[in-house]
Amino acid sequence: MPSETTQPSETTTAPALTMNDVRSLEAGLDALQTAPGTTTRRRSVWPVLAPLLATALLIGAWQLFVLAGIKPTYIVPSPLDVLHQAVEAWGRGDIQQALVTSLERGIVGFAVAVLVATPIGILVARVRWVRLSFGPIITGLQVLPSVAWVPAAILWFGLTDTTAYFVILMGAIPSIINGLVAGVDQVPPLFRRVGQVLGANPWEAVRHIILPAALPGYLAGLKQGWAFSWRSLMAAEIIAVGGKIGFGLGSMLQQGREIQDMSVVLVAILLILAVGIGVELLVFAPLERRLLRRRGLAAETSR
Amino acid sequence: MSTAASRATTEIPAAVRLDQVTKRFAPGGPAVLDRIDLTIAPGEFVCLLGASGCGKSTLLNIVAGLEPASSGTVQVAGSLQLGGNAALMFQEPALLPWLTARRNVELALRLRGVPRSERRDRADELLELVHLGGAGDKAVHELSGGMRQRVALARSLAQERDVLLMDEPFAALDAITRDLLHDELERIWLATGRTVVFITHNVREAVRLGQRVLLMSSRPGRIVREWTVEVHGQRRIEAPEVAALAMEITDHLRQEIRRHAL
Ligand SMILES: Nc1ncnc2c1ncn2[C@@H]1O[C@H](COP(=O)(O)OP(=O)(O)OP(=O)(O)O)[C@@H](O)[C@H]1O
Ligand SMILES: [Mg+2]
Repeated sequence: MPSETTQPSETTTAPALTMNDVRSLEAGLDALQTAPGTTTRRRSVWPVLAPLLATALLIGAWQLFVLAGIKPTYIVPSPLDVLHQAVEAWGRGDIQQALVTSLERGIVGFAVAVLVATPIGILVARVRWVRLSFGPIITGLQVLPSVAWVPAAILWFGLTDTTAYFVILMGAIPSIINGLVAGVDQVPPLFRRVGQVLGANPWEAVRHIILPAALPGYLAGLKQGWAFSWRSLMAAEIIAVGGKIGFGLGSMLQQGREIQDMSVVLVAILLILAVGIGVELLVFAPLERRLLRRRGLAAETSR
Repeated sequence: MSTAASRATTEIPAAVRLDQVTKRFAPGGPAVLDRIDLTIAPGEFVCLLGASGCGKSTLLNIVAGLEPASSGTVQVAGSLQLGGNAALMFQEPALLPWLTARRNVELALRLRGVPRSERRDRADELLELVHLGGAGDKAVHELSGGMRQRVALARSLAQERDVLLMDEPFAALDAITRDLLHDELERIWLATGRTVVFITHNVREAVRLGQRVLLMSSRPGRIVREWTVEVHGQRRIEAPEVAALAMEITDHLRQEIRRHAL
């Protein structure tokens, strides 16, 4: 192997930088290259105001439709009728009971679904043969409307809360698993190598690298899982009424139909909708925003 | 090659030792690396130069244990490389964006088994070493490219490995920032006594930093030539002797590349 050696030399033409020069140069560069302070984000009222205006617009259209007298009011009650009905139902305690029953089922069922789906999701994402064999089945289950499980659940568990929980689990688990798997698949290979280089064992790699990196996909899966479980819970409550099963929002809907009171039906629909919007606005939207902002992925929302 | 030869026969185990390392990505495919022998002494700063695609990263990944060699043996600090016993700095900062600068460093400490009570102070010390003492709580996206690369350097130092492998770590930075990081790296190398293997495309950078500069050929990748850089005192990238040696090496690199045009 040929090799050459340069002549030793002490002279350098450019004056050598002293330690202090380096530090101050560096400090200057750092200051130049980082954003000066935090830009004050001006809070706009529009994100709150615009949906409220749109809602008011829809209620106005509904009122106009009623005033036009196209349909009798027992078929299309006016917004005020529905409000009266809601106040009455609140007075009887129906609304509180239905809300608490359904929300409790929804939340407990969803929490169990998360606990079950997360380890399965990690296994499916990380173990080849598990993914090969169970991946397609899970995707199939995700596409299957979980209402389809209601008749089976009634036959297995009767008119009990177990039926409601079973349907929630079947709705949420496949979505959460698939969300997590998609999140893991999108983890940049570079991050995995970082874990390897830092000497992480398989468990540490999952815990410190894979899971946090997969969080956005996981959160999307959670969101979809919640939507699916909430929908299927309502369906289950409509179909499975009576017996030992508690009175939920779906039961209220079904009751309104049985007593042929359209305003009860509408109260129930609006409540179901409100819960859906509330969970999105109070739980998922803030989680998502925090996640994106911490990673510097949030869209500039100023202006 | 008198110096390297005598080093290889001393009783101190080499920091990195490759014996007849060959790498093929497909069985029976072309050899990306072809029977590479390389011995690097403890505390040495070696720069590896070569044309794009000649296998520099592959070689480094094999030394880091990220990739198995097809044949031959790799020893790091006297024992066979089974993964995780050399620190590696990637071309990109590769910081985890959900952690702050300090937490990125702390993760390396944690995965090395440093107890929780010591991690924070140790991470702050390391950030201070790369002159980022005040930036520990910053999110990764709040740091400039040069600052991120320094956090990455602090993280690889946190691994406390005797061997630090660097794959074009400063390639994406502007010239001034890069010069600065050269100074930083040299200072840290002198202060910590690590063995550094540094890959670069930039011949001047190699001469500025390395005690030894290795030139790799392409297809198959072999180490075809080497220079010992003996410059005492502070070396600047603009210094004439750096430029002169860089010019000579560049000529060889060009020849090496031209060989493939025929
Ligand atoms: N995973 C892989 N599978 C197949 N071929 C690969 C793989 N990784 C690298 N190669 C090939 O091996 C050769 C060497 O790649 P390598 O990344 O080591 O080059 P390099 O010298 O680091 O190049 P650069 O200077 O552009 O980073 C290239 O021809 C590349 O196409
Ligand atoms: Mg490379």
